[in-house]
Amino acid sequence: MLTESEPHYRQPLLKTPFHERSRALSQLDSFVPWAGYTTVDVFTSVEQEYFAIRNASSLYDLTPMVKYRVSGADALRFLNRLVTRDVRRLAPGKVAYALWCNDAGQLIDDGTVFCLGPNEYRVCTGERQLDWFSASAIGFDVEICEVTEEVAALAVQGPTSCKLLKAIGLTGVERLKPFEHGEFSMPRGASAAAMMVSRTGFTGDLGYELWMQPADAEAVWDALMAVGSTRGVRPVGSRALNMARIEAGFILPNLDFVSAAHTLYVGTERSPLELGLAWLVDFKKGHFTGRRALLAEQQRGPRRQLVGLDVEGTKPALNALLYTGRSGKTEAGSVTSAIWSPTCKRNLALAMLEAPFIAPGSTVWAEIYLNRELVWERRMVRARVVERPFFAPARRRATPPADF
Amino acid sequence: MSSPARAQFDSIIVGGGHNGLVCATYLAREGRSVLLLEAAERLGGAAVTREFAPGFKVSACAHLLHLMPATLMRELGLAAHGLKFAAEGLPTVALSADGRHLAYAPGDFAALQQRSGADATALRDWQAQLRRFSRALHPVLSATPPRLGTDAWRDRAALLGLGWRLRRLGRRDLRELLRIGGMCVHDLLEDRFSTPLLKGALALDAVLGTNYGPRSPGTVLSLLYRVAASQGADALALPQGGLGAVSEALAGAARAAGAQLRTGAPVTRILVRGDRAAGVVLASGEEILAGNVISSADPKTTFLGLLGSEHLDAGFVRRVAQVRSRGLSAKLHLALERLPQFAGLGEQALRGRLLVAPSADYIERAYNHAKYNEFSSAPMLEITIPTLADPALAPAGKHVMSVIVQYAPYSVAGGWPAQRQAFTERVIDTIQAHAPALRDCIQGSELLTPPDIEREFRITGGHWHHAELALDQLLMVRPVPGAAQYQTPVPGLFLCGAGCHPGGGVMGLAGRNAARQVIREAA
Repeated sequence: MLTESEPHYRQPLLKTPFHERSRALSQLDSFVPWAGYTTVDVFTSVEQEYFAIRNASSLYDLTPMVKYRVSGADALRFLNRLVTRDVRRLAPGKVAYALWCNDAGQLIDDGTVFCLGPNEYRVCTGERQLDWFSASAIGFDVEICEVTEEVAALAVQGPTSCKLLKAIGLTGVERLKPFEHGEFSMPRGASAAAMMVSRTGFTGDLGYELWMQPADAEAVWDALMAVGSTRGVRPVGSRALNMARIEAGFILPNLDFVSAAHTLYVGTERSPLELGLAWLVDFKKGHFTGRRALLAEQQRGPRRQLVGLDVEGTKPALNALLYTGRSGKTEAGSVTSAIWSPTCKRNLALAMLEAPFIAPGSTVWAEIYLNRELVWERRMVRARVVERPFFAPARRRATPPADF
Repeated sequence: MSSPARAQFDSIIVGGGHNGLVCATYLAREGRSVLLLEAAERLGGAAVTREFAPGFKVSACAHLLHLMPATLMRELGLAAHGLKFAAEGLPTVALSADGRHLAYAPGDFAALQQRSGADATALRDWQAQLRRFSRALHPVLSATPPRLGTDAWRDRAALLGLGWRLRRLGRRDLRELLRIGGMCVHDLLEDRFSTPLLKGALALDAVLGTNYGPRSPGTVLSLLYRVAASQGADALALPQGGLGAVSEALAGAARAAGAQLRTGAPVTRILVRGDRAAGVVLASGEEILAGNVISSADPKTTFLGLLGSEHLDAGFVRRVAQVRSRGLSAKLHLALERLPQFAGLGEQALRGRLLVAPSADYIERAYNHAKYNEFSSAPMLEITIPTLADPALAPAGKHVMSVIVQYAPYSVAGGWPAQRQAFTERVIDTIQAHAPALRDCIQGSELLTPPDIEREFRITGGHWHHAELALDQLLMVRPVPGAAQYQTPVPGLFLCGAGCHPGGGVMGLAGRNAARQVIREAA
């Protein structure tokens, strides 16, 4: 948030309502910019934070998530023409993960659509979309308003996350099913706070996202940290979250694809079908932007596709080129994201592969460069195409979640 | 998904302007069943003759026919369908404040010769060169513009053909064409001529009906377009009965070919079924189904109004919404008790078109106002008195004066309701400077501002050409990429109006090109 005392050009990055709390707990002072805000990359150590996500509870400040309020008589018609899936079935109290494409059927961005009421929605996305949303609004009676600064957002993710929320007094939160949201309030006297809670997240685990007034942000954070002290709660940064999201098989812009609104080189944009998100494209719902191009692509068949890889060995195949054979003569694609997964105990990667190699079970070879104390080694290792997500625990869907 | 109801026609044409009528005729001649639907009670769109004061009739928009190629009129047999000309090869008279007016006509440079021998020679040379250019360029106008970056033989052949014709111009002409193609007409005229009155008149031809002044880039291109459309003739003709007579002859040709023409049938919606244009809905609620729908309405009306954004991609809709389509020309009609005397002009000279554009700078100054949403304090005028050649347009002994006025911005500061009287007076004052008794002759008047034209003729923005004729809205990008070959992103929906290549004015080529494209598509 901008403060009165300092002119905007002296604080090019905004601070979120959780910033003071984050800074106090940041041992490494490792901050990175995200959508105009400064956010934590690592608090203490990536592994420690990762294990908080998987084994206890984590707090992740996602205030910089760009949020739009979409309302008006045509809000539903507007959204249904904007995104590739059918949002007509999205009832109040539900959330949907959705994609939007340009005319050529190439992905601009993804995000979550919250149905708040009849013709009243909130769209959350990683980057600003006002230009495209405004173009998409031509001919529709719809009002699009960015509310990023009006809403503080905190992700509470991990197996004990539900317990944490109950412990701060969000009664009934355990009844939320995945992709549902509801209004809850934290009762604690002077620090009472009302908020919207959605059972959503980017970790593939049990988890919730809390959407509240910026003024309530610190009180909610403090309450969660207090009740979580005995339950292993930790604030986590983007690096730990990135590990969790790769295990969950989620994609990120500028890592796994570049928004078609930003690509400069011909052929570097990606369609939902290429990104393996065909299940989010509904050709039967009526027209949406990119439909005709995607239909033609579907009929033509895929040229390439984003797949999950199980890579031999333990060294992450970061940025590795992929080949058809060990000789490395013919390229088959390249890795977009890679980690050693501590939970799966597998060497995982997301990779864009040429069409002949995308079927689960097919094998390609990854060229991995290793830096062993400044001595570089090149290794060719086998990588097998496997189903995504890599990690999908039952607790992520269990309602009510286990009580700890 | 096929509709249960069967299509009643092969094609429905939305809008009965001249392009719609031309398109209907060519399709019907190919044996297609065609229904043309016109919202107004009469056919013709903006090419109509209508009463504006009791007993006085006038061509509502364009008042001279000069863009429609002779070949098209012959193919359609317009003469056989009753089109006669009250006057052809009209001379141009450039009015001068000092009474030393300048008259010239195609091939007649005698008056100019007396004033400036050099300019007479230069004009003869320029017109001859324009004719050569137009021979090379006209075929481009009478064909579907090629798409760029495709492997289709048709696109490649079209580009090669253009290249070949340009090459055949020879080194000198080709060099000149490339030199002047992107220039402003002001610079071109400075290069070639010295008489301000002549430069004013030639500049007027370049900017009439556009959003430009003589110093705007691209105004040589608009001049080339005007000349190329008429196959180099650029001969001004006055149809007997006004421009409405052209529409009547076109309607006659369409009916003779077997097309059904319905008036008073405004289309409110284009029906889409299974992602294909399947028919239309009329204001009455009546649904008519057809194999394809061809719209002669302007691109914004067609896509944003009749079809609706929800059937189109957002990027395409944005391009359509951004098409520059605001008119800057107004029309003033005067009903005259008697013929006013013009200082220094006999009755014979009044039969031509009279121009108030004494210099290119005069026009540029008139244009300056329009940039700031003001009307010109000293407007540029093209005046005709059609009743001299066609007395039937007014009661016996009385006359009609038809004036195209520039510049009149679509949204004028203060609003047109408050400004129209002042603007009318300003135009009358401007003419009166040459015809002192004009005011005493006026019995009635009518002013059509761009918003009036928008309302009466259902043209978004009230632009004659539906979309500005400018380099970024021409050829394969007219009206917008994705709809420049008469097809649209919605299968079965075509465009055939002035918003398509090669544009508006009463030319008719868009209608013919579109019909050919529809035939190719549906063959």
